[in-house]
Amino acid sequence: MATDNRPLSPHLQVYKPQLTSVLSILHRATGIAVSVGTLLLVWWLVAAAAGPDAYAAVQAFNGSFIGRLLLFGWTLSLMYHLCNGIRHLFWDAGIGLELEAAYASGWTVLVATVVLTLGTWIAAYTVMGG
Amino acid sequence: MDRYATPLQRVRGLGSAKEGVNHWWLQRISAIALVPLVIWFVASVVALTGAPLENVTLWLGSPLPALLTVLLLIAGFYHAQLGLQVVIEDYVHHEGLKVAAILLVKGAAVVLALAGVFAVLKLAFGG
Repeated sequence: MATDNRPLSPHLQVYKPQLTSVLSILHRATGIAVSVGTLLLVWWLVAAAAGPDAYAAVQAFNGSFIGRLLLFGWTLSLMYHLCNGIRHLFWDAGIGLELEAAYASGWTVLVATVVLTLGTWIAAYTVMGG
Repeated sequence: MDRYATPLQRVRGLGSAKEGVNHWWLQRISAIALVPLVIWFVASVVALTGAPLENVTLWLGSPLPALLTVLLLIAGFYHAQLGLQVVIEDYVHHEGLKVAAILLVKGAAVVLALAGVFAVLKLAFGG
């Protein structure tokens, strides 16, 4: 049975983007990003167990421009997925499902994501500098 | 809706996929476990920023951080492979590719989780 080329709903391109739908898509996107980022976490753990040379290599990568960019993106994705995940858990419990509450929690998630991400990086640079 | 289900199907509550809400429920349980674990881990790693290897291995190898990091790895990779499976099921419509992608994701999750756990245990048991 030829099922590969059937049109599939939802046809996202015909919808006007809304906060609720954009945040929902971002939850998936950041979930994928955090999953890919775990490669760096495992590399860091294995390198720490392997010895000084391996650890120096992972630290050199983390300290490089591209390494810091990836780590920042990973922090941002993780904080978003964490905050929005908590929002989803409240929904699962039947709390905050009304439209007004869903928008309020959506904006709260965005603000919390920025605050937590910047807070993490400011703290990290403070630790490194001090 | 009950019209279409036999009394036995209804009491089992497993639906047409034969596993009921198991996948959904495990995703939530792992999510709840990950909330404190992720906050703890990020805070700990931030405190170790720029620290020499000895400090990192001493921290990772001590009992509580080792235990919590192992829990983070297990809950994290479990949660990730459940989530990625749903993404693949939603967007990959070719049956063969779909099965291959899911197997790849699940296999990678097992290998990466075990690699991380092995590294932590090696430090914990003074390797």
